[in-house]
Formats: sequence, structure tokens, C-alpha cells
Amino acid sequence: MISIENLHIQLGEFDLHDINLHIAENDFFMLMGPSGAGKTILLEAIAGLVPVKSGQIKVAGQDITHLPPEKRGISIVYQDYALFPHLTVANNIRYGLRFQKIEKTAGEQRLSELLNLLNLQHLANRSPETLSGGEQQRVAMARALIVNPRVLLLDEPLSALDPRLREEFRLVLKRLQQQSTATILMVTHDFAEALALGHQGAIINAGKIEQSGSMEELFQRPQSTLVADFVGMKNLFAVTFLGEKARIKDLQIQLGHSHADGEGFIAIRSEDIVLSAEQLQSSMRNSFQGMIKQIISQGFYYEVHIAVSEVSFCALVTKGALLEMELREGKEIYLFFKSTAIHTF
Amino acid sequence: MRHKDFFFWGTFACAVTVIAFITLPLVQMLAAPSLESLTETILDKDVLNSILLSLSAAALAALISFVLGTPLAYLLARREFRGKRLVEGIIDLPIIIPHPVVGIAILSVTGRNHWFGQLLTDLGIRIMGSVTGIVTVMVFVAIPFYIKAAKEGFDAISPRLENVSRSLGASMFSTFFRITFPLAWRSMLAGIIMACARAISEFGAIVIVAYHPMIAPVMIYERFESYGLKYSQPVAVWLISICLILFLLLRILTTRQKKSA
Repeated sequence: MISIENLHIQLGEFDLHDINLHIAENDFFMLMGPSGAGKTILLEAIAGLVPVKSGQIKVAGQDITHLPPEKRGISIVYQDYALFPHLTVANNIRYGLRFQKIEKTAGEQRLSELLNLLNLQHLANRSPETLSGGEQQRVAMARALIVNPRVLLLDEPLSALDPRLREEFRLVLKRLQQQSTATILMVTHDFAEALALGHQGAIINAGKIEQSGSMEELFQRPQSTLVADFVGMKNLFAVTFLGEKARIKDLQIQLGHSHADGEGFIAIRSEDIVLSAEQLQSSMRNSFQGMIKQIISQGFYYEVHIAVSEVSFCALVTKGALLEMELREGKEIYLFFKSTAIHTF
Repeated sequence: MRHKDFFFWGTFACAVTVIAFITLPLVQMLAAPSLESLTETILDKDVLNSILLSLSAAALAALISFVLGTPLAYLLARREFRGKRLVEGIIDLPIIIPHPVVGIAILSVTGRNHWFGQLLTDLGIRIMGSVTGIVTVMVFVAIPFYIKAAKEGFDAISPRLENVSRSLGASMFSTFFRITFPLAWRSMLAGIIMACARAISEFGAIVIVAYHPMIAPVMIYERFESYGLKYSQPVAVWLISICLILFLLLRILTTRQKKSA
């Protein structure tokens, strides 16, 4: 559906290069990356709002690289919503209709459908500045959807909402995606959000795509330290590979398979590290004894930082487990992880 | 705050001084002429003509500033380009240059010795001593004020609003007229008023380019030179009163529309 090939964008301090992305029809694609990675610029380039230096953007086989934004059929919803302050909610939503080949009655029909779907009927005659963040967001969505775009671009739609509204809007997004035929490309810097909504995704950093693929793949098999760090892999170590082993300082890690010898990295998800007060007889190939350095509350979970000689691991435990095992700072403890839980790069 | 300190009283004293400095001479001038002399003055055809000429020429200059200045102001607000600073500096020049120099500069390109002046003569356009000349000078000194105000107005509008408009299918033209203009017109109008006020107040450049037909400031100057303070005051009172009323009316008109919008 959307295919981006060797895209190069240079704009002020932003330099996006070698951007290659393929997004299937009706997909919900997540574009992730830290702030300042160039995510919004990429969205604007797809919408035709910033000039492209070289490369190609195709939508449904049609080359749109040099098409003006109004001819692309791509709607964009900005993080700050960008509602037209001089128009009422209904007129904001209606805005795109006059430029499309949509009949007036059909347009009004579509307007009332969207007002219903996004629960905005009671706000139709209000001015945008009197609305809450969540309401403004829904108006911006309705305005973008009324023209039946081929592609819907969402720029961090959830980041400006408080957590309760975020949950609610997530559901709205899911529903919209099921009802609409638009391919959705959403930008976020929050991996948890991406995992909850998207099927496919890509991680962008410093102007280039680090990795793209299914969300599952990004989460389970990160191919670079940046991706690992981004998807929340707390245990990331520089290692020396030797056969089936990796060495972190003076620790030997069993990989369970051989890896090309040399320098590299391994990563382990903190939820894949098991703690125990005693040595366990288990199939887990890696077991170490260490001392708890720090316990940090993360709401329902606790992050336990354990020093094994000079290396620091991070494990996640529930509050129940924390109390049961009487974990406290300074306590000696065993930690285990399977060799299959180790990601190498 | 019961014990206002030295700092407060210091700033207060400065504020009073400044306000008094501005208002006192104006109030004195406004109050000086008798009602009789005021009536007599406005019934004088030369005075009335000069005030009308001042107003209409200034209005025309503001209109020209609006037409020519709007695209440039938009460009400056929206685009970054090499030499933008230079362009902005050039736009500021008419504000910095001494007014008689403006007059001389304009005459030097429009005179017969210059190819441009020759071209104008061939086209039958006269700058020296004509209304065209007056309007030309007025545009020269007033357009920076319009461009600055309009640019500020455009700057205040997020380009994202225009982006969204275009992504919804609107061309750049439709976007400008449906989004940018409705949001910026207030600043543009403020710019027009500023430009108009600046044009009316111009004396130094106009007196060089066109002593006749006589605009109000030139007439005030002439009466002062020939007959003294007493004869120049009534003309001045009429000029600034009419200007104040006009600008006040415009202001009221626009704020009222704001409420109904």
C-alpha cells in the first residue's frame, strides 16, 4: 500500500536518509523512536508537506513523491491537533468536504456518523478553544476521516492525553481502524503504546530506520542496542563472544548456540530473569549469585537491581514475590535466565 | 503592599513624566485655538483640500502597501531562505533613513536624468509636484510598518493549520483565503492603520518631492513659517482630530466584529 524507497529528506538540522518502509493495506503501522528522531518530519514528507531530496513514495502503486499535498488523499492529525480556531467543531470537521467530490447530503450524513462515532454530537457548535484535550483530539480525528483518506497519519495522538483518556482513546483508535479502510501510520515514542495498538512497526533513530517488522519481532528480537533499549530491555551488555559463550567482564554467559567470535552485545528482558533465595535445580543454563543493590517501585512491579561481581542485572518482580522472598537491599540472591532469553547482536 | 518602596515610586514617577511629556503639548495645542478660528479654518477651501488630500493619499498608500506587502510578509513569515536577513534589513531602511533623504532619493531615480525617470516621463507619469509623487513617498515610508504587522500576524498562525488544510484537499490559494486570512486579518488591519498613520504624518520627504499639491502637514508648516504659531494650530487640530476619529472608528468596528464572530 505505502512503499517508501531510499527516501532522503534534509530540512534544517534534520537529515533523514535511506528510509525504506513497506506498509500493507489497512495496516496499523507504528513508527517509533526517541524525541528528535525525525518522526514528524517523515510523516510530513509522506503527506507532501516537506520537500523530499531524493527517493520515492508510492501509495497503492502510484508515485506520489512530487504530488502536492491536496492531491494525495493522505490526512494528518498532529500532536497539538491543529484545529482551526475560527471555525466551530462541526465546521472544522466539515472543512475537507468542499474540496472532495462528496455530495452535500452524503457529506452531512458522514459528519453525523463521525460525530456519533467519536461522541461529539453535543459539541458540534462549540468553538475548539472551549474543548478539553481529549475532545479536541476526537475533533481532529473526525476532520481527518471525513474525507475518506487512503492513509491516515497520526503524530503522537496519545501523548498529550492523561492516562485515563489515553486508554479510552486507544479503544476509539482500534474501533476506527476496524471500521475504516484507511491505512494508519502512527508515530509514538512509547513502545508500550505501540505494542498495544500496532501490528507492524519500525524504529527510527537519528534520521534512519533502525529496524522494521512485526511488533512481536521488534520486541523479541531487537537487532541493535538502540532497539533493545527502546523496547525496554534493561539488561544490555557489551560482551566478547567466544563459541557458545559470551563474556561480560568476568562473567561467562551460556548462549545455547554458537555466535561468531568477537565483540558484540547481548540483551535480556528484565521479566525473563528469575530470582530465588536458594540455588535451583532447573533447566536454566545461566545461574549467578549476587547481591541486591537497589529496589525501585514501578507501581505494580518492582525493579530489582542485582550486582553479580562487577555486572549489574535488573529483574522485575511482583509485590507479592518481593514480600515472600523477603527481598531487601544488601541481601544475597540467586538469579537465573534461559539461554533462549538472550538476544545477541 | 502598604509600604510601597523606592523602586515602585521611582517607576511610577517615570511613568507619570513620560505620559505628561506626550500629552501635555498635544492637549495644549488642541485647547489653544478658539472655536471661532477652528470654524473659520475648516471653511477655508485650501485647508479642507489639504486635509482631504492627506487622508486620501495616505489611504491609497496603505492600500498599495496591503496589496504589495501581504505576499512579502507571508513569505517572510513562512520561508527560510538565504539572504532573508538582508531582505528584512532592506524593509527596515525607510524607517531608519532621514525623511528628506527619502525625498531626495526618490527624486534621483524619477528625475529626467535617470533612465527610470525618463521611462516614467514617456509613460506620462509625473512624480515631482504631483499626487502620484505624494503617494509614492507615502508608500515608501509606510510599507515597512504594514509588512512588519502582517508578518507578525502570519507568524502567530501555526503552519500546521495550513498543512492540515492542504492535506484535506485545499489548494494553497483556498488555504490562504479560508484559514490564513481569517486568522490574520486583524493584524493586517492593524498594519494598514499603522501604515496609514505613518503616511499621514510624513512631511520631510513629501515637502521635497511635492510642495504642491499641498498636504496638511506641508500646509501647517507653511502657515507656521508665514504667519506664526497661531495660524498653524487650527489646521493641526483638524488634522489630528479627524485622524483620531477615523482610527477610533476602525478600532471600534473591528472589535465589534470580534464579539459577533
